[in-house]
Amino acid sequence: MSLDYAQFAIVVAGMLLLVGAGGTWLTRVLTSPHHGSPERLTYRLLSVDPGEAMGWKRYGLALLLSNAAMLLLGYLLLRIQGLLPFDSLQRAAQTPDLAFNTAASFVTNTNWQSYSGESSLSNFSQMAVITFLMVMSAAAGIAGCAAFIRGLSRKCTNDLGNYWVDLVRVTYRVLLPACLVLALVYVWQGIPQTLTDAVNATTLEGVKQQILMGPVASLEAIKHIGTNGGGFFGMNAAHPFENPTPLTNTLHMLAMLLIPSALTYTFGSMLMRRRQGWAFLAAFLVMFVGFLALVYHAEQQGNPMLTQAGADQQWSALQSGGNLEGKEMRFGIAQTSVFVAVTTAATTGSVNAMHDSLTPMGGLVPLALMMMNDVFGGVGVGFINLVGYAILTVFLVGMMIGRTPEFLGKKIEAREMKLVMFAVLAHPFCILGLTALAAVWPTTAASLNNTGPHGFSELLYAYTSGTANNGSAFGGLNTNTPFFNTTIGLAMLFGRYFTLLPMLAVAGSLAAKKSVPEGPGTLPTATPLFTGLLIFVILVVGGLTFLPVLALGPIIEHLLMSAGQLF
Amino acid sequence: MIDNRSTSLAPAGNVRQLIRPALVSAVLFMLLTGLAYPLATTGLAQLLFPVQAGGSLIGHHDQWSGSALIGQDFKQARYFHPRPSATTGTDPANASLTVDQPYNAALSGASNLGPTSKKLFDQVSARARAYRNENHLAAAALVPVDAVTASASGLDPDISLANAHLQVERVANVRGLSAPQVQALVDKQTSPRQLGVLGEPRVNVLQLNLALDAMAARAVATP
Repeated sequence: MSLDYAQFAIVVAGMLLLVGAGGTWLTRVLTSPHHGSPERLTYRLLSVDPGEAMGWKRYGLALLLSNAAMLLLGYLLLRIQGLLPFDSLQRAAQTPDLAFNTAASFVTNTNWQSYSGESSLSNFSQMAVITFLMVMSAAAGIAGCAAFIRGLSRKCTNDLGNYWVDLVRVTYRVLLPACLVLALVYVWQGIPQTLTDAVNATTLEGVKQQILMGPVASLEAIKHIGTNGGGFFGMNAAHPFENPTPLTNTLHMLAMLLIPSALTYTFGSMLMRRRQGWAFLAAFLVMFVGFLALVYHAEQQGNPMLTQAGADQQWSALQSGGNLEGKEMRFGIAQTSVFVAVTTAATTGSVNAMHDSLTPMGGLVPLALMMMNDVFGGVGVGFINLVGYAILTVFLVGMMIGRTPEFLGKKIEAREMKLVMFAVLAHPFCILGLTALAAVWPTTAASLNNTGPHGFSELLYAYTSGTANNGSAFGGLNTNTPFFNTTIGLAMLFGRYFTLLPMLAVAGSLAAKKSVPEGPGTLPTATPLFTGLLIFVILVVGGLTFLPVLALGPIIEHLLMSAGQLF
Repeated sequence: MIDNRSTSLAPAGNVRQLIRPALVSAVLFMLLTGLAYPLATTGLAQLLFPVQAGGSLIGHHDQWSGSALIGQDFKQARYFHPRPSATTGTDPANASLTVDQPYNAALSGASNLGPTSKKLFDQVSARARAYRNENHLAAAALVPVDAVTASASGLDPDISLANAHLQVERVANVRGLSAPQVQALVDKQTSPRQLGVLGEPRVNVLQLNLALDAMAARAVATP
């Protein structure tokens, strides 16, 4: 079992080793005054002026319009899939509601999938729609975060940078090179990368087995580096072709953590407040380790029902034991638990086990991490959310000690607080409102795979995952219905832009302020005390908003499971 | 102090100016990241690691017998049995019906049953009974958990060592081999933790069964 802890330590240590290098690289990309020649050519093609300084509104508008254009292109390509050549399996085009859901899902970096990859998408769509939107939604998220950090670091200006420059540079200098290298490592480990659709095999017992494949490795690389999460295959990173070895599993996790953690360092560098970056990273880590402990313990402990049914869940040298329903043997409990925590902390949504079959407390962890949405968080936006909470913390503490709240040398005033609260409240409002609507919607019951409190958890998980732009699922719920495709599609758009845009506005408003010198009344924000306060505020706000709904789902299910109740 | 309201409300500029770059960038990036990047990766992968890039297939071009990474269904007593699989497929007799089709590599799938599901409880109980019968275990014996729970992909190629060891006697009996002989083969086919620490020790069922068949073929060739 000590090896289990060693595997956790490897993931955390690997992440920390990459923070400095990744952060420095990102800082250079986002601050360098030079444009490469492919970049200049791109600006000419787009007919944009890379020197244009954008205020937060212009930046936000450019981001919105370019995302809208990509959504439209993705939607069109999915709708004409049936007309395109080269697919030997002749997979049909997606229906309009499903194509909307898919395009919205991938453009918002959510990667919710109401379809099963292998039966619904041709290899062309996997590349030209899915891989394309995965790269660009990640680039847009990092761009948004770059503008946000500039807003915090500058004074008396409107200039948050240039959206097109950020988008192009992040794509050319960070995402594409990193993905190409990682994809080749993945192929070496066994992930297919081919244009062949399928191979027909005859098993040893003489049964026909059709093995589907395609350009999987290139999709897997951006899926994790960009914290996207949508699978090439229906069962995502549990599929042996998406995740063949424990090493690929570990690389998936490090890739997911790479950019969210590096952004704390980039933030520290761009503000020239390194300690502040580390203080934020510490907040991420403390919460992450706590939730990892919870899911690992619950899954290793197993399900008392399975023991009653005759399963031996005891750990031994010959087996991992634990609750293995919906898990893969090569990952066992340790690699699965840490993956569950990483994929929902970094809001990727890639899964290497079926979350629907986790124990109640094990399933509570991904739910809680997505509800907080700022333990690492998706590329860019997770960090923005954390800073939102930091501003809230400064404000609350400022109230307690009776001083004007200041953050990073800027006065926090009514306008910023309103915008922060809007972003903080939009998230639970969307999750709870839509879950409530689905719970009373007449056709919902037909979509559930489980009944009792677990059925309610399936609904709650769907809207939490959509709003947090995670994309993982309690997969038993059949969401390929017009009601779910539409409402989850809206939750994804709402969750993305109603937190990103208000926080960009905060950045715009802070950038326009002049900085005030630190005085005796200033609350230092790069100390362990502040990190502790920040975690406290996140847990209190998250707890107050979500504890009641968690009590109706996983918590009551845990109590019923202990009492031996089946549904 | 600057009035932040008036400065941050600076006009967002002409929307029309942004529409062209938005549309052009969508098409340009689709070509670059959606086609050039995966195609370049495919070319390099086929050059550097042709076997893995092609799906780690086993056998020959005219008849593949499977992929080393994808599990197969084994029902015969002379083979080691894999984990339960929850994959489904269309009924060959009636295309509008969906039926259980374990290890259907064209449609990965899991049960997605929750921890308090009665259906899961019944399934696990039935699998445990069947496993005990097959392998001549005591009626109340607990069975390795991986042998009675469905995997996440439905295509899990591996089983635990505990599970493999319990099947040795059955396979040896059916094939007329000695148990130590088969056990030695299992030990040889056991994959340790990767790099000594990552993942779980495990046995790839397809590779083990291929090795069994190869051993039997050698025994016939040299009586």
